[in-house]
Amino acid sequence: MLGRIRERENMIPGKFAYAKPSSVAEATAMLKEDADEVYVLAGGQSIISMMKLRQSAPRRLIDLNGIDELRAIEVGADEISIGAMATQHQVINDAKLAEACPLLAEAAAQIADPQVRYRGTIGGNAANGDQANDMPAVMQALDAEYVLASADGERSVKARDFYEGGLETERAENEILVRIKIPRPAAGHGWAYVKQKRKTGDYATAAVAVLLRKDGGGFADVALGLTNVADVPVCATEAAELLKGPGDAEAAAAKAAELADPPEMDPRGPAEFRRHLVAVLAKEAIAAAAARAK
Amino acid sequence: MSEAPAPAAERRKGLQGIGASRKRVEDARFIQGKGRYVDDIKLPGMLFGDFVRSPYAHAKIKSIDISAATAIEGVVTVITAKELAAHSLDWMPTLAGDKQAVLAGDKVLFQGQEVAFVVAADRYAAADGVAAVKVEYEDLPPVIDPFKAMDEGAPVLREDIKDQTEGAHGKRDHHNHIFNWQFGDSDATEKALADSEIVVEEMISYQRVHPCPLETCGCVASYDKVNGKMTVYGTFQAPHAVRTVASLISPLAEHDIRIVSPDIGGGFGNKVGVYPGYICAIAVTFLTGIPVKWIEDRTENLMATAFARDYHMKGRIGATKDGRITSLACHTIADHGAFDACADPTKWPAGFFNICTGSYDIPAAHVSVDGVYTNKAPGGVAYRCSFRVTEASYFIERMVDILARRLDMDPAELRRKNFIKKEQFPYTSAMGWEYDSGDYHTALDKALDAVGYAKLREEQKENRAAFDRGETRSLLGVGVAFFTEIVGAGPIKNCDILGLGMFDSCEIRIHPTGSAIARLGTISQGQGHSTTFAQILATEIGLPASSITVEEGDTDTAPYGLGTYGSRSTPVAGAAAAMAGRKIRAKAQMIAAHLLEVHDDDLEWDVDGFVVKGDSSKRKTMAEIAFAAYNNVPPNMEPGLEAVSYYDPPNMTYPFGAYICVADVNVDTGVTTVRRFYALDDCGTRINPMVIEGQVHGGLTESLAIAMGQEIAYDADGNVTGGSLIDYYLPTAVETPAWETDYTETPSNHHPIGAKGVGESPNVGGVSAFSNAVNDALAHLGVVHAQMPHDHWRVWQAARQAKK
Repeated sequence: MLGRIRERENMIPGKFAYAKPSSVAEATAMLKEDADEVYVLAGGQSIISMMKLRQSAPRRLIDLNGIDELRAIEVGADEISIGAMATQHQVINDAKLAEACPLLAEAAAQIADPQVRYRGTIGGNAANGDQANDMPAVMQALDAEYVLASADGERSVKARDFYEGGLETERAENEILVRIKIPRPAAGHGWAYVKQKRKTGDYATAAVAVLLRKDGGGFADVALGLTNVADVPVCATEAAELLKGPGDAEAAAAKAAELADPPEMDPRGPAEFRRHLVAVLAKEAIAAAAARAK
Repeated sequence: MSEAPAPAAERRKGLQGIGASRKRVEDARFIQGKGRYVDDIKLPGMLFGDFVRSPYAHAKIKSIDISAATAIEGVVTVITAKELAAHSLDWMPTLAGDKQAVLAGDKVLFQGQEVAFVVAADRYAAADGVAAVKVEYEDLPPVIDPFKAMDEGAPVLREDIKDQTEGAHGKRDHHNHIFNWQFGDSDATEKALADSEIVVEEMISYQRVHPCPLETCGCVASYDKVNGKMTVYGTFQAPHAVRTVASLISPLAEHDIRIVSPDIGGGFGNKVGVYPGYICAIAVTFLTGIPVKWIEDRTENLMATAFARDYHMKGRIGATKDGRITSLACHTIADHGAFDACADPTKWPAGFFNICTGSYDIPAAHVSVDGVYTNKAPGGVAYRCSFRVTEASYFIERMVDILARRLDMDPAELRRKNFIKKEQFPYTSAMGWEYDSGDYHTALDKALDAVGYAKLREEQKENRAAFDRGETRSLLGVGVAFFTEIVGAGPIKNCDILGLGMFDSCEIRIHPTGSAIARLGTISQGQGHSTTFAQILATEIGLPASSITVEEGDTDTAPYGLGTYGSRSTPVAGAAAAMAGRKIRAKAQMIAAHLLEVHDDDLEWDVDGFVVKGDSSKRKTMAEIAFAAYNNVPPNMEPGLEAVSYYDPPNMTYPFGAYICVADVNVDTGVTTVRRFYALDDCGTRINPMVIEGQVHGGLTESLAIAMGQEIAYDADGNVTGGSLIDYYLPTAVETPAWETDYTETPSNHHPIGAKGVGESPNVGGVSAFSNAVNDALAHLGVVHAQMPHDHWRVWQAARQAKK
């Protein structure tokens, strides 16, 4: 088609209302009252830009930055709980988390730049549904659960079932992601998040998250997640299967590349390159994770 | 009699003149956020303008409905081409002799083209108004590929001139043809090529990029209906030229127009041209008497206000088997977008592209450039370079490298063999340029020594063997580049813009207490003029640089000049400063003679004043002379101490340099890691080594960006595919390697202080060095020439295709 319509992008948002509740109950009550075209604001690293470009035009923003209870990071014996409003900076610098699940800090440290990481939240990164964000694939590899709260109570959705593509997710418009529950990976597990991007601040051309543990001569509890190589984050289960037991890293990497489904062409390159890169990065990530596993 | 003076060296140091690494006086305010940029200017009652822009690359405008927009609270008016046409402002002349639609009338010719101008009480209302204007389009087939612009049956882009067979630069062969420009001796070149033992042919493309200064373009226009004065504050690299153009296209007399360039947040050529936003803001304030601000956003800047390069250069280079270059021919397709708005001196539609013989003594050369219209943004500005010299330099430096490979000769050795020799300067090239001074062999040898070139080539051999054994996926590339710039446009005899000779100027006024103000026709956009021009004057007039205020950018106060771009400030305005300083000194000498009761001829200059020859105890400092200028001058002499110089340079200056990039190229990921980058610059006399180093760092970073990632890309429908900083490559400190800088110093033979200009050299030379490094690495796989930008996927693709 000639002359695909592309609306003029702008740097000035339209009019919107703004509210800053101080508790989850207050926030969900607001959403119960009116959720149509109402967006929740976490770190604002995506939504503010989208609003300036008028690609998003919420009638009302509900700012979660006044809710302190959403910032807690708790590391238990079996489970890790991260408040949705914990910033990437917090995640990178939490000593207990670094010990229990270093994959999170490794991935968070590769998000954009320090300014973004001071403001950007784990919940926002995971929940806004953008396949280019780093946390979705990481959370899928970790088999995390997203706890969604509404005025009617809480429910959990697995990260692996959460993403529907095109910024659509399982989250209903009256729900807020309040925390992320992660099964604590086994002691001595191996991890890696390997990302290639064009420059600081860019999304991944491709990135691969790997989690595994040593089991005899081979690997067990293997998971792979792929970032920004399809219109959803990719939980590369079939690739992970190939790595289990004695495992074949080469085959697993090749399978991961097969599972990628990038656009035919975009400024990061043609689909062929992105798929190839998934295989290269997967191999690197698997090797790094294996080397770290005890 | 004065006290015994301090030793000369000490006094010289105190002046902080030429050669001193004086700290930039501008930085104190910039780093404290106290710069005053256009968007900081707020006038009472000021309105804001914002554009409705075309989503199409090529479409008829069937209707424009502004009713919903004007109904929005705060929206004052919406201007379309129809309203502008009533005042003959719907089209404006371009610097290249073409005309450009200020607002699109019957049709749009590129995505992002200005269609309507919404004026509102604040920015938010203006943006709401933009969203509410309804434009009905009927799309037309676009021309995106410049090579297809002149196809038979190609869509007519410019209906307004489709029947004109003559353009501003001669004959047009097709409705999408702008000009054909040729230089050099075609017959002699063809004969030399035919007689050459080796001829190498290659298409060298230099992609469309954008200067992308941190501050985008904008203005505040304010018309006073009572006194009839129009004041425009704007991001102008050439304020005087803007004033003259504004007067020529409007009913305003030139003396009723005041153009002010406040602090400018980088220009790099982006702020030379005249853009529709300026005209619309001026038109609205003229009609209403209310000030109007227009500031473009980042996307508008990247999409609509001036691109650079987009040259596609088919080259042929001939040589003997032993590596003596005999001939060079180039045919270029130049994509100028929808309007020819190139910012070149008027007689030079392809700028100084005929400097493409570079640093080599090539007996026969010929270039031919065809400019074509496409459905892309207009522009063609000199992005931190002097009018297409970057394209020319990239072209010759790639061709020489490709020739070296064909000859199986070391690229550094091939360069040495063909350099213009030191004793040949001043040297006249086959294209007629007279190179002022140079010592290329010394510069390149110093560079090769500094990086341990021979060792690097040995390491490369080992690396290639290891690669072949499957031990590494990384290839070492050593990019050698040598460049000769042509800057300081320029002599009035061959350089003008719309008839305005490209001289520049300096006016100096010495105050009674021995301080001074100097005003120049240039305008700093970050170059540090307030620092360096004061240093030139400090040395010339013997007053400390810290006592000299440098002022630029206000046409009501500054002397006429053609502005700052093309590295012309030092070669032209810097020369004017020195010449004005010498006039000051000449008058000062007469005053000193009067005070010391000796003849002028009995005095000599001594750092900061005059002494009686043979008796240095008898002296008058400039500070003393300055005071005397206001109360005790010789009989019949006018009091005061002022001078002005309008400097018409006798020639361009030709800075040069040797750059070497050492990089590791991973063929699996496509990632290039710069291990080392060494830059030797010879810019003649060095005014401020620290400022030079800063300029080189900045220019190299831009050259890294261009070579490795920058591109304004369009899809087949003419949509800009990367109109934001997510996609457009601006490297951060993380991506930027450590730069090693070095120098030789070969003064210009005609500039009053021997200086040549340096700001653009690193952009000109750096791009070739990066590209040569990547290509040198990939050469092992059989790649002859991989096109820029060398981003990850293209490098991977080049490596992969070569292996096939």
